[in-house]
Amino acid sequence: MAQITLKNLAHSYLAHPRGEQDFALKAMDHVWQDGGAYALLGSSGCGKTTLLNIISGLLRPSQGRVLFGDRDVTDAETAERNIAQVFQFPVVYDTMTLRDNLAFPLRNRGKDTAYIARRVEQIARMIGMEAILDRKARGLTADAKQKISLGRGMVREDVNAILFDEPLTVIDPHMKWELRTQLKRLHREFGHTMIYVTHDQTEALTFADKVVVMYDGRVVQMGTPEELFETPAHTFVGYFIGSPGMNLLPAEIRGNTAHLGGASVPLDAAYGPVPGRAQIGIRPEYAVLTEGDGLPISIRRVEDVGRHRIVRGEVAGHGVNVIAPEGMPIGPALTHVRFTPDRINVYADDWRVAPAKGIR
Amino acid sequence: MRLRGSPLVMTLYLLFLLVPIYWLVNMSLKTNAEITSTFTLLPSNLTFRNYAVILTDPSWYMGYVNSIIYVVMNTVISITVALPAAYAFSRYSFMGDKHLFFWLLTNRMSPPAVFALPFFQLYSSVGLFDTHIAVALAHCLFNVPLAVWILEGFMRGVPKEIDETAYIDGYSFPRFFVKIFMPLIASGIGVAAFFCFMFSWVELLLSRTLTSVNAKPIAATMTRTVSASGMDWGVLAAAGVLTIIPGALVIYFVRNYIAKGFALGRV
Amino acid sequence: MEKTLNNKAWFLVLPVLVIVAFSAIVPLMTVVNYAVNDTFGNNEFFWVGLEWFEEMVTSDRLHEALGRQILFSAIILAIEVPLGIYIALNMPKRGFWASLCLVLMALPLLIPFNVVGTIWQIFGRVDIGLLGRYLAEFGFDYNYTNDPLDAWITVIVMDVWHWTSLVALLCYAGLQSIPNAYYQAAKVDQASRWAVFRYIELPKMAGVLLIAVLLRFMDSFMIYTEPFVVTGGGPGNSTTFLSIDLVKMAIGQFDLGPAAAFSIMYFLVILLVSWIFYTVMTNLDKEEGK
Repeated sequence: MAQITLKNLAHSYLAHPRGEQDFALKAMDHVWQDGGAYALLGSSGCGKTTLLNIISGLLRPSQGRVLFGDRDVTDAETAERNIAQVFQFPVVYDTMTLRDNLAFPLRNRGKDTAYIARRVEQIARMIGMEAILDRKARGLTADAKQKISLGRGMVREDVNAILFDEPLTVIDPHMKWELRTQLKRLHREFGHTMIYVTHDQTEALTFADKVVVMYDGRVVQMGTPEELFETPAHTFVGYFIGSPGMNLLPAEIRGNTAHLGGASVPLDAAYGPVPGRAQIGIRPEYAVLTEGDGLPISIRRVEDVGRHRIVRGEVAGHGVNVIAPEGMPIGPALTHVRFTPDRINVYADDWRVAPAKGIR
Repeated sequence: MRLRGSPLVMTLYLLFLLVPIYWLVNMSLKTNAEITSTFTLLPSNLTFRNYAVILTDPSWYMGYVNSIIYVVMNTVISITVALPAAYAFSRYSFMGDKHLFFWLLTNRMSPPAVFALPFFQLYSSVGLFDTHIAVALAHCLFNVPLAVWILEGFMRGVPKEIDETAYIDGYSFPRFFVKIFMPLIASGIGVAAFFCFMFSWVELLLSRTLTSVNAKPIAATMTRTVSASGMDWGVLAAAGVLTIIPGALVIYFVRNYIAKGFALGRV
Repeated sequence: MEKTLNNKAWFLVLPVLVIVAFSAIVPLMTVVNYAVNDTFGNNEFFWVGLEWFEEMVTSDRLHEALGRQILFSAIILAIEVPLGIYIALNMPKRGFWASLCLVLMALPLLIPFNVVGTIWQIFGRVDIGLLGRYLAEFGFDYNYTNDPLDAWITVIVMDVWHWTSLVALLCYAGLQSIPNAYYQAAKVDQASRWAVFRYIELPKMAGVLLIAVLLRFMDSFMIYTEPFVVTGGGPGNSTTFLSIDLVKMAIGQFDLGPAAAFSIMYFLVILLVSWIFYTVMTNLDKEEGK
């Protein structure tokens, strides 16, 4: 087990990248703590799988180094890195029995038979397949096969890290939840470093201690689920996390006030001059409909999603969503929306700016 | 990511394939005197006389025309009858379907030598001897089953929901088949046509048995010339080279489907 | 795929039936007719029952041809199948070189059988052929028209030249269908090259490999033109395979009765082997589809 360090890492699939736009993964420096449960979250094509394959050694980065602990493994083969990886689509060895499938990584590393037998039984129990260990893998359903893949990923105890590449895509929703819980339990039990790639925020937020959000080849934020929710470092994080995402409104920031068109919104801290395109971001959860306090809003639509209602409206020509608690009457009297000042984030060119004195 | 192959192995193998062909081309560009008297790796006296002989003598070049006529006829017939049959096999189960399919396959496997003589008598008795259609029909013996087999493999890959959607949208069966289904398996049709072309083009035993003058294929013309005119090696080689060209052209057009086609659409 | 029961599907199969009946059943009936009759010409036949069959079953000539045939098919399968797999594993995966290899490899398959024969007939000749000439120069006493062993080697090398690509292309198609993740997983699992072949590549190739073996077995079992052009069945009868013998008998000597009996037995053998392959193959298909 080891801490994973990425130093000035970047990757391009082209042999001679000509500019930043040719890089699938833009230069980054990151440290992944030993024993952490990380989720790598982002929409498809943002470079998450590329990053994962670089860590596992299936891809060699165009520049930068990968360190496991103090050891530079940039040029090391996958096998030397001693990691496990579970892929998006199930990979099972069709002609082998389930038992042999699970034992395969151990046998290839020359473990002794008794240990292998014990370990395979243990893993089989965990994925709930101890009863059918002796049948061939051919002809199993996709989710059964994926469980085998997961089992094979976890069968080795001494791995540096276990990497998951959207492993639950082919699994039924109710099984998803169960398997995720199991993974989480395993993580607590054995303390492996786990990196879990997904585009599903629920999956990421429930699995990980730390969520790494990627956007357009960059890691835009690495933080706890709470940090991602409260202080998104990039407008993409605000928009991607949460349902619906953060409201973003162009504004002019002067001291501790944001000016939108003719109206103004109080902020709870003073900001220095904001360079570039300035925006304020507010979660729908922290916006409240009022009868006259705040900004004028014209309500377009109300959606009832059960626990609460989503009010879709417009403020100064920009779409704004507000979450209203179930049971609160929404009538024509509600003409304004108030943003909770200490929940407002300020963005310059999509990146979050901290208040001037660093206080809230 | 797939494990890399060795270019050396491929180079050696391709050399093994190409050297005999190279030798044929080499010979076709030499004079007979050079072929028999000296041994040269490249024609020292480059000549196109051998090709000129073939392309100016109707008894030679008509051989190519005849071959192409019956090959095309055979391909068209085979594909036309195989399409509905393959559809039936891929979509429906009906009385005796498995036996029928197997029986069709056995025809692909049956030795032409067994059929040569009966074909000769059959076609003679109905007055089809020495016509293009006779050879085209005879080649259906192995090409129709093959076409059914390949097309069935490709059709199986088309989800049945497409048929059902089309019927719900009010398409009649023939219209659905031509307008929607056939474009979907276009590559399969291409592959099947390629194989019909290929097997009809390379077959000699039946086409030689069933023709004498009017529909005589080029391959048969060649064999006769070998024995009759002594050893006109140059012309023989040139004729051989000319039989390779149509095949090479066809391969070039279907190159991206060859592998899948050889697997009869079952990959 | 679930198939609907529909006996009207017979109408769709009808054209195929008509065509194949005309080109297979009618001629086959003629053959049967010959097999049980004798004739002295003039289309007069008289019934001889199974006499021709008896004669053929006990004839040394047939036994020898059959023995040669089985030996030949066994040898070329033993060479072409492993070689074809090996070549497929070494082919470039994509891009220009892959297309080039595909086209060049398919080339021998598209050459008329007798031209294949002609190419090797010329290529192996000591006086004008590249191969024969060089072998002679290096001191090999090679002459396929005199020496039965040389004739066999020539015919086998020719068949390998002609058909190995078919096996290779089939295997290549099978290999292409393996998702990349399998190779990645194998790397992560630290599988050896052999394990990758044994547990990933070979199972994926099994289906197409069976087709390859089936086609190669059948086509080699009825091979006629290529060896006939090269050796004419000789020297002596050393390369006279079943089809060559059959044509000699039927068209050369016009022994219609024995030839027909021979044909039918030949056909039955093929039928039997086809059936075995077909059964194995459909079972495999079923397992895949599970």
